[in-house]
Amino acid sequence: MSRLILYRLGYGLLTLFVVSLVVFLATQALPGDAARAILGRDATAERVAVLRDQLNLNDPLALQYGKWVAGVFTLDLGDSFANARPVAEYLGPRVAGSLTLLGLSALLATPIALLLGALSAIRRDRAADHATSMVSLVLASLPEFAVGILLILALSTGWLHLLPPVFAGTASAVLADPVQLILPVLTLAIAVSPPIVRMMRASMIEVLESEYVQQARLKGLSERVVIWRHAAPNAIGPVAQVIAVQLGWLAGGVVAVEFLFAFPGIGLALMDAISTRDIPVIQAITLLIAAVYIVVNLLADVVGLAANPKVRVSAR
Amino acid sequence: MSTATAPAPEAAAAAPGSPQRREGLFRAAWRHGRTKVGVTLVGVIVLIAVIGPFVSPYSPTELVGIPNRASVDGTVFGTDGIGRDVLSRFLHGGYTLISIAVSAALGGVLLGTVLGVIAGYQRGWLDEAIMRVNDMALAFPQLVLALLVMSIIGPQVWLIVALIGVSHACRVARVAREATLKVVEQDFVKSAEAIGLPRWRIMTAEILPNITSPLLVELGLRITYSVGLIATLSFLGMGLQPPTADWGLMINENRIAVTVQPWSVVLPVAAVALLTIGANLITDGLSRASIGIDRGVEKQ
Repeated sequence: MSRLILYRLGYGLLTLFVVSLVVFLATQALPGDAARAILGRDATAERVAVLRDQLNLNDPLALQYGKWVAGVFTLDLGDSFANARPVAEYLGPRVAGSLTLLGLSALLATPIALLLGALSAIRRDRAADHATSMVSLVLASLPEFAVGILLILALSTGWLHLLPPVFAGTASAVLADPVQLILPVLTLAIAVSPPIVRMMRASMIEVLESEYVQQARLKGLSERVVIWRHAAPNAIGPVAQVIAVQLGWLAGGVVAVEFLFAFPGIGLALMDAISTRDIPVIQAITLLIAAVYIVVNLLADVVGLAANPKVRVSAR
Repeated sequence: MSTATAPAPEAAAAAPGSPQRREGLFRAAWRHGRTKVGVTLVGVIVLIAVIGPFVSPYSPTELVGIPNRASVDGTVFGTDGIGRDVLSRFLHGGYTLISIAVSAALGGVLLGTVLGVIAGYQRGWLDEAIMRVNDMALAFPQLVLALLVMSIIGPQVWLIVALIGVSHACRVARVAREATLKVVEQDFVKSAEAIGLPRWRIMTAEILPNITSPLLVELGLRITYSVGLIATLSFLGMGLQPPTADWGLMINENRIAVTVQPWSVVLPVAAVALLTIGANLITDGLSRASIGIDRGVEKQ
């Protein structure tokens, strides 16, 4: 078991290394002159030379990469081209903003999704179950920005002007006006929930048909105790992995949602950086998102291993 | 979902590898009400996208009135942010989105199938190499990978198709490999090997026909995601570029004025939503018919 986990960890590190190479190569080592590609054809030779120097483009490729990775480890990611501030200082509050958004969405989505999944399993094949299944299938199909726009259309336009459609605030104080957070959090929560609902339903059905639940019923325990004390806690184990995978997905899904609501997080910062070709910021954010995605998937793997008694025993 | 009806008798009874099997899958899928709803939704939206350009009252780039008015004489849905006819842009805006999305999905499923079948049948170092490279590519969320590569090169249609296609292929390869591993152990493959059939013949004539069901489900799923991803890229301004009429781009261009002129956002959003919902309903029907377990939800 611990050997398996160590293996996964090593593999995760290797993946991170390759990902950093991809990020570096895609942004900085393109065929042709990256500096000229960024500045455009009309740039003066002087500006191109300054940029080449800033990006270490005159060094051999391996050294460029080395310098960049060393910068990642010391959080010295260079200065943003667009606003001349150090990247780490610029991104810090934005990372916090995105984490707030993701955290709130996860806190809202997970319990509701688990509850819906469990209720569907208990009312299996009845109207409420079919309705939940249909709604989650429909919501799972929609791209997250479409969910957001439909919410805006429903809640911020027409007769209802309940919630502000755009976030107005700075990255350092996203919680200052919580009403503004409702729509982005709701959008992400809706986008992330359907697979959790489905998995919880399937897992709960399996548990409800198991012998120990039957045993508990035969003992004469009330149905409430059977379901919420005996069945539900055991059903959550297999779902944990799906939850983790979904949270990893959130790290990427946040881009379109932040762009839609103009929420000051890393997703919006990435789109800003792309429009100004701000390479140090693009590199930092894509690497961060991929790293979160890898780490969360790794955790999901470990949770999956730990929740599986067969692996736990045989691979000791 | 485990309550899904058992695979329809036709699908189960048809001999593996016979052409009836696939027909059986579609017929079995059709039994589910959701498949019919899905086909209807997708049919309507595709029809709008294909016929739209021929019946639109104006050119998609023609200025017809004052910007951002919901009611303008001679238009049905008013004008957009710079005074173009919303209905005409809507009717012109689906064709490219759908063709790019479908080509990316088809290309991805094709490449993924080739990689997955080779990995699953040849095993050994080739399998290791293909699947490990695959794992690395899977470390990026699809959207972020596309944004990363296009951030410097800029948005190009061929690049979008290639990037989305390749990131699909990695995910399809896993499914194709799993399906191949199940087939390889069966007697008819062993007997084909025994009579000395070349390995590529075994892969194309023995294995491929027997993994079409999961691959068709995968194709449906990939088309659903392709539409969503490409619409998202356009919405982010990293897809088709102005002045092209495109549903994702329309949403991007007009969302600021959504309170005064909702139509230029409502129409494209509704089209994208109905298209992805329809495609996912078909996928769900197919997967219920093929294995009884639906895969139509997980975001990967």
